[in-house]
Amino acid sequence: MTAVADARVPARTRGSSKDLAGTGTLLRLALRRDRIMMPVWVLCLGLTASSTVGRLKGAYDTPEARSDLVADMNGNGSTRALFGAAFDDSLGALTVWRVGAFLSVFAAIMSLLIVIRHTREEEETGRQEALSACMVGRRAGLTSALLAVGIANAAVTVLIAGSLAGQGGTGALALGLAVGLSGMAFGGLAAVAAQLTENARLARGLTSAAVGVAFVLRMAGDAAEDGSRGSGHVLVWLSPLGWAEYARPFADERWWPLLLIAVLAAASTALAYSLAGRRDVGASFYATRPGPPAAGPSLNGVFGLGWRLHRGALLGWSAGFVFAGLIFGAISDGADDFLGDSDQTREIIQRMGGAQGLNDAFLASMVGILGTILTVYTASAVLRLRSEETDQRAEPLLSNAVSRLRWAGSHLVIAYLGPVVVLAIGGLALGVGYGVAADDMGGVPRAVGATLAQAPALWVVTSAAVFLVGVVPKYTSAAWAVVGWVVALGWMGPALKVSQSVMNTSPFSHLPKLPGDDVTAAPFLWSLLLSVVLTAGGLVGLRRRDIGG
Amino acid sequence: MKTAISASGLHKSFGRTHALDGLDLEVEAGEVHGFLGPNGAGKSTTIRVLLGLLRADAGAVQLLGKDPWHDAVDLHRHIAYVPGDVTLWRNLSGGEVIDLYGRLRGGLDAARRAELLDRFELDPTKKGRTYSKGNRQKVALVAAFSSDVELLILDEPTSGLDPLMEEVFRECVAEERDRGRTVLLSSHILSEVEALCDRVSIIRKGARVESGSLAQLRHLTRTSVTAELAEPVNGLSELPGVHNLDVQDRRVKLQVDSDHLDGVLRRLTQSGVRSLISTPPTLEELFLRHYQDDAARAGEGAVAR
Repeated sequence: MTAVADARVPARTRGSSKDLAGTGTLLRLALRRDRIMMPVWVLCLGLTASSTVGRLKGAYDTPEARSDLVADMNGNGSTRALFGAAFDDSLGALTVWRVGAFLSVFAAIMSLLIVIRHTREEEETGRQEALSACMVGRRAGLTSALLAVGIANAAVTVLIAGSLAGQGGTGALALGLAVGLSGMAFGGLAAVAAQLTENARLARGLTSAAVGVAFVLRMAGDAAEDGSRGSGHVLVWLSPLGWAEYARPFADERWWPLLLIAVLAAASTALAYSLAGRRDVGASFYATRPGPPAAGPSLNGVFGLGWRLHRGALLGWSAGFVFAGLIFGAISDGADDFLGDSDQTREIIQRMGGAQGLNDAFLASMVGILGTILTVYTASAVLRLRSEETDQRAEPLLSNAVSRLRWAGSHLVIAYLGPVVVLAIGGLALGVGYGVAADDMGGVPRAVGATLAQAPALWVVTSAAVFLVGVVPKYTSAAWAVVGWVVALGWMGPALKVSQSVMNTSPFSHLPKLPGDDVTAAPFLWSLLLSVVLTAGGLVGLRRRDIGG
Repeated sequence: MKTAISASGLHKSFGRTHALDGLDLEVEAGEVHGFLGPNGAGKSTTIRVLLGLLRADAGAVQLLGKDPWHDAVDLHRHIAYVPGDVTLWRNLSGGEVIDLYGRLRGGLDAARRAELLDRFELDPTKKGRTYSKGNRQKVALVAAFSSDVELLILDEPTSGLDPLMEEVFRECVAEERDRGRTVLLSSHILSEVEALCDRVSIIRKGARVESGSLAQLRHLTRTSVTAELAEPVNGLSELPGVHNLDVQDRRVKLQVDSDHLDGVLRRLTQSGVRSLISTPPTLEELFLRHYQDDAARAGEGAVAR
């Protein structure tokens, strides 16, 4: 009788401990798979924090120099937007001012990559199915992914707190926690995204967009109000990255904003758990809609296919750049008004944005930020070529009457021209945002021209990725190291007074700072030449090498 | 007869693994050629070399009179390939993929496409991963069979198909042969190869160990004989070519090399044959014979299973 009764009870019981069966094994699997990637991320974050203290110490060696810097930087909305608000003039507080946001953003990106890699990507490839057929509970996959990301963020927290402990233990702990908890919050959001879509690529895109929105909100809020005084701006309070900022590490720490981040992490995790228990393995809440029974005229070959594969990302990046451009433009106005006569502040901004009028220099800094961020897009578009190959979709395609160059071209035309389109759109938005704030639309063409002028430097990164795919396909992920280096230098180099020879390793350092700077042909031509050489090398390699995983 | 595929002395290594170790392969135009070998024997590597996706370290290879590495694009206009593991784009429907492949091969027979969709019972509106493994294979098969090509290269194309669909597949291959097309069918489903192929090549550890028509290959191996006799028989064990002899009173079971069958039958008829079952060697036995030393080495593992 009992057996009969049991059979009528739905087999899925809520919150049963069996849901977590196999978590330990899956966690070891995740850590084993990430044994290179995770330590590299953690070490890079730790080293960034510890090396910044040293650089700041060298660059601003007297308390007077530091307090001047803080006064100048905080006195102006545009500088606050660009660099964040500085809450104190100690070395620790300046470190937070310069790299705090950077560390939180990168911890968030690390976390979203780890979580989606071990949840939705496992399901999308069908590997989760095989694992779930073993003694593995319904929620074990998600739990092991969150534990893995918890370990990574704990390591980041400890490393940052440890390396900055010399500047004050409490502040170091607050910064470590702010960064680690930011990682966990976006890891939790990634876990939710992984439940909502069947597409790992889309889940990564959605979560990255959330990081971008949080960053721009914080930036706009910092521009509007000096957070080191008063209660802070509402836009900053809307951003999880703003909570990390308002925890004020090394400047009379406030602990409860950290609690907010922890609550977000917990709430998103709980939501992901509840969603994970309600859906089928491999599925999402949105069933895939049926497609057309036959191909339309636009799917006329590999170029039509390339457009189909890349158009979603192009659309997403364009939308993001409209949003960012409008806000960046609006906060670039008024730089001249408040800035004091401090030479060092002027010097930093000019290193970043060029030695012309400060409004122009700010616009140029924003243009530079937009350009360097786009290296992420162009690299991912190039690497699509490699993932098509490793996912075994390239092989059948190339066994048709399609040359390798044509196939590569179908992706590369988007990798090269897509960023140009996004730059133009971003430039337009930047110009319009500035124009609305300054009541002067005359600058729009200059803004578009300035963003478009970033393309040659961007193409150097594109072609470096092409070179990797063609010549050393096993090490294509090195393209992300190039992107990380270029973004980090552009973001932190000027204020840290990094030597020009190091700055010059980034192709963006060679371009004139537009709008405002004199335009000479040489840097553009050199960038183009380098792009052509690297691309040609990559394509020759691609033609000569074996195709396949 | 024209040669559709000829490869000789192919070598290919990946790091320390020698995937191909002096492989030879000849496929005549217009034949269905079975390409047999156990997992990891080098079948797929060979096919990738034939398609110009991999470059052989050494050896010569020609398809339809062309070099697959240098003339890949021209050559591929006349080739349709079905991989063993078909992966589709998540945002493209099956129908779109079929048409895309058709356009990339220079033509698709729309009537044949519609007929094949019907016969394979394939819904062309589904997308990417919503297809099962078998249905993904059908997408690739419909694309291949409705393309206007001279040579079809099929790499274990039926591994996900159900028996009904396998039957449809066999009909399609037969139709291709009737139209004068050449088919290279890599498989380890021996009944399929027996049913479809004119000739077979068996490879092992990256080299060919046997090639010829099924009749020729059968000649190389043993026939099983079971007979019920009127009176006991002696001296069977002394006859040349007799193996696995099992005599129980008047019931005799044995295997005999095909060229010694005559002598055995003569001896049996002397004792008066009441009934006789003679089974020609199956491809399976042929296959096993080539791998028995591998099997012996893997003996313990096999027993445990």
